[in-house]
Amino acid sequence: MFNKMKATVAFVVAIIGLFFFSLNTYASNFPSRPITYIIPFNPGGQSDIQARLQQPYLKQMLHVPIVVTYEPGGGGALGWSNLVHGSANGYTIAGINLPHIILQPLVRGKSAGYKTDQILPLAFFQRTPIGLAVLKTSPFKTLKQFVEYAKAHPGAVTISGVGKWTGHYMTYLELEKDSGIKLTYIPSTGDSETVTNLLGGSTQAAFFNSNDFISYRSKLRVLAIASSKRLSFMPTTPTFKEQGYNIVESIDRGIGVKRGTPPAIVNILEKAFISVMHNKDTIKKMEAEGFEPIFMNMQQSEQHVKELKVKYELLLKQLGIHFKG
Amino acid sequence: MEHIISIFESLLTFQNILFIIVGVAGGALISSLPGLTATMTLALIIPFTFSMNATTSLLLLGGLYVGAIYGSAIPAILINTPGNPSGIATTFDGYPLNKKGETEKALMASGVGSSTGGIIGAIALLFLAPLLASVALSFGPPQLFWITVFALTIIGTLTSQSQLRGFIGGAIGVLIGCVGIAPIGGDVRYTFGMWQLQGGIELVSALIGLFAIPQVLEMVKEEKIRIGKVVSYKHKKGVLKEVIKYALKRPYLMIRSALIGIIIGIKPGAGGNIAGIISYNEAVRWSKEPEKFGTGILDGVLAPDTATGSEVGGSLIPLLALGIPSAPPTAVLIGALLSHGMIPGPELFKKYSDIVYPFLFGFLIANIALFFLAIYLPRISSKLVNIPRYFLIPTIVFLCVVGSYSIRNSIFDVYIMVIIGLLGYLLKKFDITAAPLVLGLILGPIMEKALIQSMLLVKSGESIGEVFFGNAISIALVLLCILALIWPFISKKHSLIIEEK
Repeated sequence: MFNKMKATVAFVVAIIGLFFFSLNTYASNFPSRPITYIIPFNPGGQSDIQARLQQPYLKQMLHVPIVVTYEPGGGGALGWSNLVHGSANGYTIAGINLPHIILQPLVRGKSAGYKTDQILPLAFFQRTPIGLAVLKTSPFKTLKQFVEYAKAHPGAVTISGVGKWTGHYMTYLELEKDSGIKLTYIPSTGDSETVTNLLGGSTQAAFFNSNDFISYRSKLRVLAIASSKRLSFMPTTPTFKEQGYNIVESIDRGIGVKRGTPPAIVNILEKAFISVMHNKDTIKKMEAEGFEPIFMNMQQSEQHVKELKVKYELLLKQLGIHFKG
Repeated sequence: MEHIISIFESLLTFQNILFIIVGVAGGALISSLPGLTATMTLALIIPFTFSMNATTSLLLLGGLYVGAIYGSAIPAILINTPGNPSGIATTFDGYPLNKKGETEKALMASGVGSSTGGIIGAIALLFLAPLLASVALSFGPPQLFWITVFALTIIGTLTSQSQLRGFIGGAIGVLIGCVGIAPIGGDVRYTFGMWQLQGGIELVSALIGLFAIPQVLEMVKEEKIRIGKVVSYKHKKGVLKEVIKYALKRPYLMIRSALIGIIIGIKPGAGGNIAGIISYNEAVRWSKEPEKFGTGILDGVLAPDTATGSEVGGSLIPLLALGIPSAPPTAVLIGALLSHGMIPGPELFKKYSDIVYPFLFGFLIANIALFFLAIYLPRISSKLVNIPRYFLIPTIVFLCVVGSYSIRNSIFDVYIMVIIGLLGYLLKKFDITAAPLVLGLILGPIMEKALIQSMLLVKSGESIGEVFFGNAISIALVLLCILALIWPFISKKHSLIIEEK
């Protein structure tokens, strides 16, 4: 009996000791245990490939294992919700995507499970501008022809893109607004479905990310790309801007932590990612596969998110779209 | 000729063959744990392949894919819980066989089916890939809609006792499948304010819950738990010969199943689970003794496993020839190809023929390796039934928890697994079984997506008739659906059973 009590006391003391020990090591020698890197999408996606490329370099920089976990669901919302519902200690980081982390809370309100400003973006390192494409066999040779035909046949042109209230959908809304045409938007559940339906003739045009243009280059004709200037890997493809439409849309990938993470820890993580994103191997690989490397530190990333948020709120207001949220 | 020699030269290195075998065995072992899907297995291994040369890494991953799809059938037979969705149909007759004490037979049949299907799939991939790739493109949203309607008709087959109960189960499954963000509209549905439900009910967690939990509860209830084993099992000689003879006597069953697997594999958006289910359904439909299905008949294991086996090869066709991943595991493979600078698509076969053809032959070898593995593995794994129940039950529960957690590292998914499991147990009391429910859960979201996309096409100006019936494949699928519905009335044997009741 007495022995039992003794053991219990010893156990409790040990636990308390461990607790203080861990508190003590909390910020001063971060990181002291493995860091979880949430990929809020399925394995094999672009975010996953990027994380896998970064993994060894991050390990070298931070001296702890980086554990990639997949938490797909709700177009990424599940993983980001998990991030902001966890503790703000820097041991959980997540791949973040724009415009997802702005649009989801805007459209879904509380159901999204997180707010845009609950995520602190540390860096954005990769961009895939969105482009409008048709098949090489299509009668549409230029954006002008496409718009003219759509003007004459309102609603008859079908155009596919991934999901609703996504980057592709926003590009579609902007194109309709700026050109005064009416298209029929058919949401798909992924790029592979978009391309299947386009190649199979179910749809006449589609939105893609710039990397898809590399993968499917033998089949697609890109009418316009929504980047601010022409892309180095597709120099003959004109931008929307050149053709008179002020549409700049892309999917941007970066890394975020929960807001409220101690600045000292944020600093360490930001530094690690900045050094990784300047790695020449990763940059070369990205460009070859149709990704535009970008280099935004925390301050620039925060600014970028803020500006985009204003832009989308304005766009939705102009279009008279309101969400109860 | 010189070309062929060079293919074999780069393929037949000791290292490559070793990696194929390691891949197949490793895939089978990993995915025999419930919850570790083929997709997950591939994603876990991929980082290790970055440093290998392209051929070796693809051979390893190809072997893993083949092994992982087969591995799912092992727990389906042993504990009535598919390791991943492609093993669903194997539970229908595999587990009853196990219960009858014919565990080894069921496992052998699964191996024979998987490798036969796999070999046929590999041959199709090797010789017909560019030709068959066009099949992938002829299935638009309307055709996908009809495929799901056709697949739903299997509910009628699965529930010969009471069609009504089957359809109630199917409807519950469809309802559960609606939870989360709508696939097309983006609306938030049935989440009751819980953000965790945004991603919907995780399919694998639901599967584990529906199949394993009622199973465990039944086991606990049985008195035999005190005594220990259910059936004692000893290795018998000649089982393999018997199974192979049995399969050889049913060439139509095997070939039909393999063809179903290849076509479903090529079709983007439908995976191994649907291939197995449709193949099982067709086996019942064309069988001379349909009433024996579900009671533990080898046809009921051979048919789905041959289809899931050949589905692997089928799913690689659009991946390599078009760059379109038609099933989740192939999406991971795209990552592997890209990491070696290979961009899948029509150019792949020309530009990287020195890698692609060794891979294709290697894939064939992987399926042959699977056959030998499938002979020896059951001798070990079937001993599992000899484990006393007071060890087996906690082990199953443990695997269920770990499996449903590991899908997306979410404790919430574990709760969902338990709740769905209890629901499944309750429904079983009302004679509503897991199978139609799972069918609704899998097919509901695909059907919804296909239907809404088709209706949007109608909105763009095409007529409904044009969209849904305007092409030969649609019409063929519609006819198949009608045939499926009236089959019970024209098939004499079936009507006899109904009269008896």
